[in-house]
Amino acid sequence: MSINILVIAEFHRDSGFRKSVLEALGAARRLAAGAGGGEVSAVAAAEKVGDSAADLAAYGADKVLLAERPEFAVYSPGGFAAAAAAAVKKVKPAVVLVPGTALGRDLTPRLSARLGAPAATDCVGLEQDGDRIVAVRPAYTGKVQMRVGFKGSPAIICLRPNVFLPEKEDRSRSAETVSLGLELTEKDLALRITGTEKQVSDRPDVAEADLIISGGRGMREPEGFRLLEELSSALGAGIGASRAAVDAGWRPHGDQVGQTGKSVSPSLYVACGISGAVQHLAGMIGSKCIVAINKDPEAPIFKVANYGIVGDVYQVLPALIEELKKG
Amino acid sequence: MNIIVFVKQVADTEARVQIAGDGTSIDTLDLNFILNPFDEFAVEEALRTAEKLGGEVTVISLGNESAAGVIRTALAMGADRGLLLKTGARCDDPLQVARALAAEIAGSGFDLAFFGKQAVGNDHGQVGILVAELIGVPGISMVSGLEVETGGIRGKREIEGGTESFECGLPAVVATQKGLNEPRYASLKGRMAAKKKTIEEKEVSLAEPLLEVESLNYPPQRERGRVLGEGAGAVPELVRCLREDAKVI
Ligand SMILES: Cc1cc2nc3c(=O)[nH]c(=O)nc-3n(C[C@H](O)[C@H](O)[C@H](O)COP(=O)(O)OP(=O)(O)OC[C@H]3O[C@@H](n4cnc5c(N)ncnc54)[C@H](O)[C@@H]3O)c2cc1C
Ligand SMILES: Nc1ncnc2c1ncn2[C@@H]1O[C@H](COP(=O)(O)O)[C@@H](O)[C@H]1O
Repeated sequence: MSINILVIAEFHRDSGFRKSVLEALGAARRLAAGAGGGEVSAVAAAEKVGDSAADLAAYGADKVLLAERPEFAVYSPGGFAAAAAAAVKKVKPAVVLVPGTALGRDLTPRLSARLGAPAATDCVGLEQDGDRIVAVRPAYTGKVQMRVGFKGSPAIICLRPNVFLPEKEDRSRSAETVSLGLELTEKDLALRITGTEKQVSDRPDVAEADLIISGGRGMREPEGFRLLEELSSALGAGIGASRAAVDAGWRPHGDQVGQTGKSVSPSLYVACGISGAVQHLAGMIGSKCIVAINKDPEAPIFKVANYGIVGDVYQVLPALIEELKKG
Repeated sequence: MNIIVFVKQVADTEARVQIAGDGTSIDTLDLNFILNPFDEFAVEEALRTAEKLGGEVTVISLGNESAAGVIRTALAMGADRGLLLKTGARCDDPLQVARALAAEIAGSGFDLAFFGKQAVGNDHGQVGILVAELIGVPGISMVSGLEVETGGIRGKREIEGGTESFECGLPAVVATQKGLNEPRYASLKGRMAAKKKTIEEKEVSLAEPLLEVESLNYPPQRERGRVLGEGAGAVPELVRCLREDAKVI
């Protein structure tokens, strides 16, 4: 038995392939190994990928399909979907793995509609029985795990960032590189992305950060987040927030973690002045290590925290920043 | 403007979720159903667009009899007409749901169709863009800012650490993200008026699901961890645990 897998390889001119792409390649390699072999292909739509294509080989791609066009300097929802669909035609994968980034989550339904194939989003586990794949995804505010099967091919599986491990980098690997001929229709280009506005921040976005420092109503005022910024800088962490903190206007919407915010699975999630409402837990329960700092020993967050400190954030956080500086 | 807004009834998130006897669905007996929170942004944006440019807002929901409830909620907020696409089928496969919704509005002469970013519960986050692709019109996900003119739309969509600006012509599909607007509450007058509006009903049948729920399971319980102590005094032990036991920093 063997299985062909296609990975959607999101590429950025300045930062190269995203970490989530390497995670998807890792998941693909393990699926291929589990099926007793198969080819892992990666498709990249970009203005120009250049030497970076070698990164895909180093992390597990056997074949690299490039859709390079000047209009792909920015995201083109229809154009990228057409490129992904063309790659599917070419390599006939049984499984398409899509990194669960903003781009990947946008692309997944486009590909599903174009191929008439089933798609599952926010997957945190893959089970395999030969070439039959079942994906595991949280549902109902994380209160249940849903196992979904795929009738129809390919199975399109969008993976939650930070859950699947990349394979070890191996620079001795190489991949066949193929240029994808692509004919775009007017419809493909009807929706235009005309610009990008990024917050000037060297902090990782909460959706992709491996360490997250998160604050809630217990931070009491916007100034409180200064402490969290200081702590996150000390660790190279991203900043998250509860809905109460976002609704109060202390943090932008993009930082909200939870059911109506982002779902995150970092190695470390530090909840500061957050009570631990179910809707908040829904977004962060998949974190590997949870730390809670809360002055109320009865706060529900302590039920899910690996480590807790009962205390005032204004006393605990400065001490924590100091302690970390000691190295 | 001919505006459509799609709404779904979802289980209240406060509710205790119990897996039903069939092992693939949740017990709905004690559940309270509400309008999907993300669909509130969709309804609000539809109403604002109609108020600004003139036109009619039609609310559509696919589901069983009780889905009429969320249509009624949107009518009370100010929508003009309601349509219930009635089915006894499970609506777990976003592609099959989207096919049924697309069949209803393709060729209907609509200008804008609003969706929520995702329906909480199943959390697929796919149906809006699926519908756009199936009927071949531009579809924008994660919309957090929108300007509608008679010839087209422009706006912002959320991405990691920022936003992207977009533009396209009409008709178009917009899937709304939080931050786009502050949804209004239904006024008493609105609720009274909604009672008088009739909700049209149509039977539809869904195709066999391609994405199939094989089972629902309770996630492994997180073990209750350790409270290391009180106040700043517990900090050195916390740092030691994170470094040496959990090895996360
Ligand atoms: C449909 C729906 C969707 C929702 N989606 C989300 C979501 O995506 N994300 C989300 O977070 N919430 C969401 N919520 C809201 C959620 O129910 C809670 O209201 C919210 O998470 C509470 O935020 P909080 O923990 O910051 O505030 P609170 O619940 O007010 O908790 C504040 C905590 O801080 C502690 N505290 C106070 N002062 C201090 C101090 N000086 N030092 C230490 N601790 C202190 C208190 O003991 C308390 O535990 C949603 C709700 C609904 C109904
Ligand atoms: N059964 C349904 N009836 C009407 N609209 C729906 C239905 N299911 C999903 N939608 C719409 O599609 C959006 C995304 O849903 P989903 O892809 O299921 O997360 C929702 O916010 C609704 O606007």
